[in-house]
Amino acid sequence: MYEGVVQDLIDELGRLPGVGPKSAQRIAFHLLASDPQDIGRLREVLGKVAEGVRFCEICGNVSEGERCRICNDVRRDATSVCVVEEPKDVLAVERTREFRGRYHVLGGALDPLSGVGPDQLRIKELLMRIGSEEITEVIIATDPNTEGEATATYLVRMLRDFPGLTVTRLASGLPMGGDLEFADELTLGRALSGRRAL
Amino acid sequence: MYIRHLQVTDFRSWDHVDVPLEPGPTVLVGQNGRGKTNLLEAIGYVATLSSHRVATDAPLVRQGCERALVRTAVVNEDRELTVELEIAAGRANRARVNRGAVGRPRDVLGILRTVLFSPEDLALVRGDPGERRKFLDELLVQRAPRYAGVRSDYDKVLKQRNALLKSAGKKRGDDPYAASTLDVWDDHLAKAGAQLLAARLNLVADLAPHTGEAYAGVAPDSRPARIAYRSSLGEALPEGYGEPGGERADPERLAEVLRVALGESRAAELERGVSLVGPHRDELDLVLGDTPAKGYASHGESWSFALALRLGSYELLRGEAGGEPVLMLDDVFAELDKRRRARLAEVALGAEQVLVTAAVDEDVPAELTGVRFAVAEGEVTRD
Ligand SMILES: Nc1ncnc2c1ncn2[C@@H]1O[C@H](COP(=O)(O)OP(=O)(O)OP(=O)(O)O)[C@@H](O)[C@H]1O
Ligand SMILES: [Mg+2]
Ligand SMILES: [Zn+2]
Repeated sequence: MYEGVVQDLIDELGRLPGVGPKSAQRIAFHLLASDPQDIGRLREVLGKVAEGVRFCEICGNVSEGERCRICNDVRRDATSVCVVEEPKDVLAVERTREFRGRYHVLGGALDPLSGVGPDQLRIKELLMRIGSEEITEVIIATDPNTEGEATATYLVRMLRDFPGLTVTRLASGLPMGGDLEFADELTLGRALSGRRAL
Repeated sequence: MYIRHLQVTDFRSWDHVDVPLEPGPTVLVGQNGRGKTNLLEAIGYVATLSSHRVATDAPLVRQGCERALVRTAVVNEDRELTVELEIAAGRANRARVNRGAVGRPRDVLGILRTVLFSPEDLALVRGDPGERRKFLDELLVQRAPRYAGVRSDYDKVLKQRNALLKSAGKKRGDDPYAASTLDVWDDHLAKAGAQLLAARLNLVADLAPHTGEAYAGVAPDSRPARIAYRSSLGEALPEGYGEPGGERADPERLAEVLRVALGESRAAELERGVSLVGPHRDELDLVLGDTPAKGYASHGESWSFALALRLGSYELLRGEAGGEPVLMLDDVFAELDKRRRARLAEVALGAEQVLVTAAVDEDVPAELTGVRFAVAEGEVTRD
């Protein structure tokens, strides 16, 4: 245990995902030795985050303004929507450069153990978009794990009554039990181009 | 297949030990508590990614150490693969094959196949149904490693569904979403459950003749032993499924049957907050003559039944593709009478590789000649 604020810093860092006690200590001492300017920038960013990050009012992705860059981009295909769990999955799909449509971020997956049901996800918003926009294709790109698969099944059930809507799921080939974010670009790209209708 | 080399570091009582091995019989002799079983346990861990003695990894790491290392060189039809596992308590294990990292430890399953018979196996006969389900599932994975994934998918879906049943049951039905999400989880439970169930049924159908024969071999004067799969589906289970010579279990058909059964039991499940049908509620019945072994069999009969389950597994695996498994007999000869010893020695002599442990030389049948190692405090030396 270190005295006072240094230990507080280590404790706070240690609460972050993927940071164990040892890394927390390493990061803390790195910060202590850092240039005051660097610390200043970090503080500024954290401050802005704390004031409230904005989410795109259409797709739910993190955004600087009311609408994100992708939803504002008229060159993107407005008839095709890729449904993902988290904003980080948008980045993963974007890296493949295989997809030219728009996104819908659910904000998670069905996960009864953590108390997440359909109400806690942006599913109503998705249904409203499909009802009002010119969407003709929905690609479900939830994670290939238990929760992601259940979410996909649920969405398929909700979407099958929309006339003329094609619903596809990313082709298998993604490692089962995995995380979309960690799939390499090639695999994810292939999964996108080989998506199957449901 | 056989293990050509075993190297263990900070595993259980072992600081570091290198044991070169050969095909055929190898006997490890040493006083109680010198670490003989620990060595077999290390080998078994490489084959199954679990210990036959403990459910968690913590006890496997030598006290005061951070991680244990087990490395085995496995020869299967002239091809050698080195499998290395790093076991760390409370953290994900790491695996390497031929010194290259693999994605998940699960990817090493199938490289080494083992059948271990140990004193703990008495629990197969006397313990809870969970012991016998574990026995079946482990054998399933040895038979076809992909079932490790099927099993873990099923467990995850089951946990999620139970959580939903608990919360939905409390709300008493006025939750419009609960029913539709429960349908989704039913669907996934039925699919994953049907895969596991079909594989278990087919396994039991194939294993039953081998265990019956093995039992007759080790206990010729006893009543005949029989194993049978008892499904929580009861009468709904299609006829002939799980029976030797019967119809092969079809996962698609079973998924449908499970779906119907889940629908029928939904009210009761909401009431109790747990899933009442599925392979997690099933049992492997062990029967001697016409009485159940559990609760009725004598000590010797129970012991012979446990041995028959292992020898049956061994015969089943060696008759299939994937390489003849390494047989490991931990401390078992001392428990057997002369005739059973002789019978077991006969099986052992026919094995491509068999590793036998005993506290004293007298416990090892004389006909079982081969390589002998003395296991003493912190070292293993070849005689
Ligand atoms: N994590 C651990 N760290 C250190 N020592 C351990 C650990 N786990 C077990 N041991 C020690 O290992 C010894 C038991 O080893 P093992 O079970 O292999 O004995 P054995 O040679 O098979 O004996 P027996 O003939 O009685 O079956 C015990 O003395 C125990 O204290
Ligand atoms: Mg022992
Ligand atoms: Zn947007």
